[in-house]
Amino acid sequence: MKDLLKSLPIEGRRSFVKQLGTLMVSFPLTSPILWPSYGPVQEEKLPRTLQRNPSLGAWLQVTEDNRVQVFTGKIELGQSIKTVIRQVAAEELSMEMEQVEVIMANTAMTPNEGYTAGSGSVKGSAIAVRYAAAFARMHLCSLAGNQWGLERKDVHLDNGTIFSKDKKRSISIANVLGGQQSEVEVTMPIELIPKRKYRFVGRPNVSYDIEQIVRGEPYFIQDLVFPQMLHARILRPPAPNWNGNIDVAKLKLLLPEGLELFVDGKMLAIVGADEYTVVKTHRRLDRELKWHSDEVSVTDRTLSEKMKEMSTEEVEVISPTVKEDLAGATFEGTFFKPYILHGAMGPACGVAKFDMDLLEVWTHSQGVFPFRAALASLFSMPAERIIVKGEAGAGCFGHSSADDAAADAAILAHAFRGRHVRVQWTRQQEHQWEAMGSAIKIDVKATLNDQGEIVTWESEVRTDSHSTRPNKDPGTLLSARYLSKPFYMKGKGYIRGGHRNAEPYYRIASNKLVAHHFQGPLRVSSLRSLGAFANVFAIETIIDKMSRYLGEHPIDFRTKRLDDERAIAVLERLKEQTINEKTAEREGLGYAFGRYKNTDGYCALATKLSVSVNGDVTLIKCWAVVDVGEVMNPLGLEMQVEGAILQACSWTLKESVTFEGNAVSCADWNAYPILRFGNVPDFDITILDQPQEQPLGGGELATPPTPASITNAIFDALGLRIYSLPVKIQSHP
Amino acid sequence: MITLRINGEELITSASPDTPLLYVLRNEFQLFAAKFGCGMGQCGSCAVLIDGEIRYSCLLPVAAIGTKSVRTVEGLSTMEGDLHPVQQAFMEENAAQCGYCTSGMMIATVALLEEIPQPEDEQIQAALKGQLCRCGSHPRVMKAVKRAIL
Repeated sequence: MKDLLKSLPIEGRRSFVKQLGTLMVSFPLTSPILWPSYGPVQEEKLPRTLQRNPSLGAWLQVTEDNRVQVFTGKIELGQSIKTVIRQVAAEELSMEMEQVEVIMANTAMTPNEGYTAGSGSVKGSAIAVRYAAAFARMHLCSLAGNQWGLERKDVHLDNGTIFSKDKKRSISIANVLGGQQSEVEVTMPIELIPKRKYRFVGRPNVSYDIEQIVRGEPYFIQDLVFPQMLHARILRPPAPNWNGNIDVAKLKLLLPEGLELFVDGKMLAIVGADEYTVVKTHRRLDRELKWHSDEVSVTDRTLSEKMKEMSTEEVEVISPTVKEDLAGATFEGTFFKPYILHGAMGPACGVAKFDMDLLEVWTHSQGVFPFRAALASLFSMPAERIIVKGEAGAGCFGHSSADDAAADAAILAHAFRGRHVRVQWTRQQEHQWEAMGSAIKIDVKATLNDQGEIVTWESEVRTDSHSTRPNKDPGTLLSARYLSKPFYMKGKGYIRGGHRNAEPYYRIASNKLVAHHFQGPLRVSSLRSLGAFANVFAIETIIDKMSRYLGEHPIDFRTKRLDDERAIAVLERLKEQTINEKTAEREGLGYAFGRYKNTDGYCALATKLSVSVNGDVTLIKCWAVVDVGEVMNPLGLEMQVEGAILQACSWTLKESVTFEGNAVSCADWNAYPILRFGNVPDFDITILDQPQEQPLGGGELATPPTPASITNAIFDALGLRIYSLPVKIQSHP
Repeated sequence: MITLRINGEELITSASPDTPLLYVLRNEFQLFAAKFGCGMGQCGSCAVLIDGEIRYSCLLPVAAIGTKSVRTVEGLSTMEGDLHPVQQAFMEENAAQCGYCTSGMMIATVALLEEIPQPEDEQIQAALKGQLCRCGSHPRVMKAVKRAIL
């Protein structure tokens, strides 16, 4: 191995961070860091985000008090990514976890890691941190070895102190750096800690911030307070094409003293120092403003039948390889999933301050860098003059309204210069304005031949976009569409998310997949697992029909038609877990399987439930067997799996957005009910750990198999097949 | 001026009498545990104890509290900072994902256990039915409540 020290530049080092004794620390660079552009891919590869951001200082730095700060471009949203990053950093640095602080997404401090999305935080950020931390260990040891005239192999690092092999010499990591941070670049080769020696990774760890949460300390973006902060509430019509009686002079007469009315096009805001006065005034003006639209189109009652005629483009994603009809028995179904809300418990909040041509924005956005690009375009200002700081938000499970509320705050910050402006959306706004998960309609027709082989599988998927996340197009921000000089989103976003997992993972002679773009009435974007939730619902229902037709156990039917040993393993374990399960009258047991994206984690799921004569479904127990490759934090993974199943149970049994044209009518938790205590099943989660495999991400894999495990259980209980969600069973004696 | 008894202290607010307790807790007294979730008494994120009973602070005008004692999550732990058994149980069971609903869950648990020290599962689910959670932390919360009983 080459001597790392010789490659160190002497100049261009930066000084230590001064610890302020608070959660947030100052950063030595006042201007945002410019990150190198993508480098060429080497044969011996660093993780991708490390290739883009190879500077060691971009990932971690040593503080004066001999602790380590790790920077991640990802944001904590309840998925426990900070915990995992702390585990891998502490592991590779041979430090106690308490000595490692994790700093999350901030355009002035952390690497650009795009969005916190797609179950990609572990395989992206955590792996990058693993390599960066291991490199840092090697680098620090080389520095000490050089001072002592020893080879790196003759020194070792233990909890912040470097020792010579004979233990005669030691130096802290802060002192070995001599008060300077290294500007070295992370390069291969890197020696990782052998997995058999792990102390933290692969073991259950409670969440990084759990104590702060149970103490009720300020933690969320909603808890941020700044001196002289202004509070704001927004008013605007249900959609940009609606009009209203915006009589500014008349509205201003309704304002109590000290409050301001902001108006730009169809975006209005009430702004003032006392939050509750702003809230009351907002309600008063909200009643005063009447919005109307001439557009009469689809409603939630007519959506399913109109989706075919409202679909436009047609793309043959997979072409059939067998032309002739090989049919034996045919199995068909038309499946429907309505619009579904993210429904974060904390409505969106954003804070912004514009002063001296510098815009600072605090947000629970999932992508601080892409969001900054959208703001830069919106305000025609250089991105370098915008700092976007990630703050914890309520769990949102996809592209939430965080960016929109922060953009609202940024627009108001330009009008109220020098003051922090805090925008808090109301519950009604959160329900009505968020970019929800799109409705989907799927037609499936499949055939089995006489040998019981699946010979053909044809599916047509109709759905809208599955990501309209912020990017340099300001029209991706909701607020921008309502301004007097409006920006509308160009393009349609990520269309292909709609047919995620539409291709079955089973052995099939000839597949055909046609995807249609359905131009729906409502604003949509990514929601946990995108189209996979509906597509796996369709596939696993047809598979259940086939297994019953052949009289095979639903798990045996699947394992016989899978070639992937890991897929077979999760199913076989599930069979062991449930083989002795008995069902009483009106009870059913249903199975489903999915490999997320057909490339990521494996999940086999069984649900036991009962159905009352009134048609009410009671969930009794869920069994899940998952394989996500290397498991960093089994506790975190178990919670993600439980949470994903429960949330998908809620979608399956209860949830559907109601609307008239492009106005959402379900504006609170009574009009949009979700699963509550009282119908929470028991759980039995089994994790098949594969320490030598790549980590595959665990945040979404249990979502897609959930609906079919429920509806297949309903069939098992009643002989009733469900094709349309949410499940509605008329009284069924 | 209205005098409130919050977590054992007498605190004076100049808020108008119709102001919901939630805004006074957060903006005047820097007590952030109670969260704004809906403002309509539907989700339980803002739950506090009023004379030991669970109430939703987003709908409770400060003028209606009178001399009753208000207890928030900040008032569950001791002055020395030792966690309340319910807080301790939630921490040990890691009974939170994003944590936004957690304060309300703990308040509902304290209210339950002060009334029924040894509740059955059905009683726990019934007591928590008004507390919404989007992350699906329910199984962990059930474990935490059971741990707090022990």
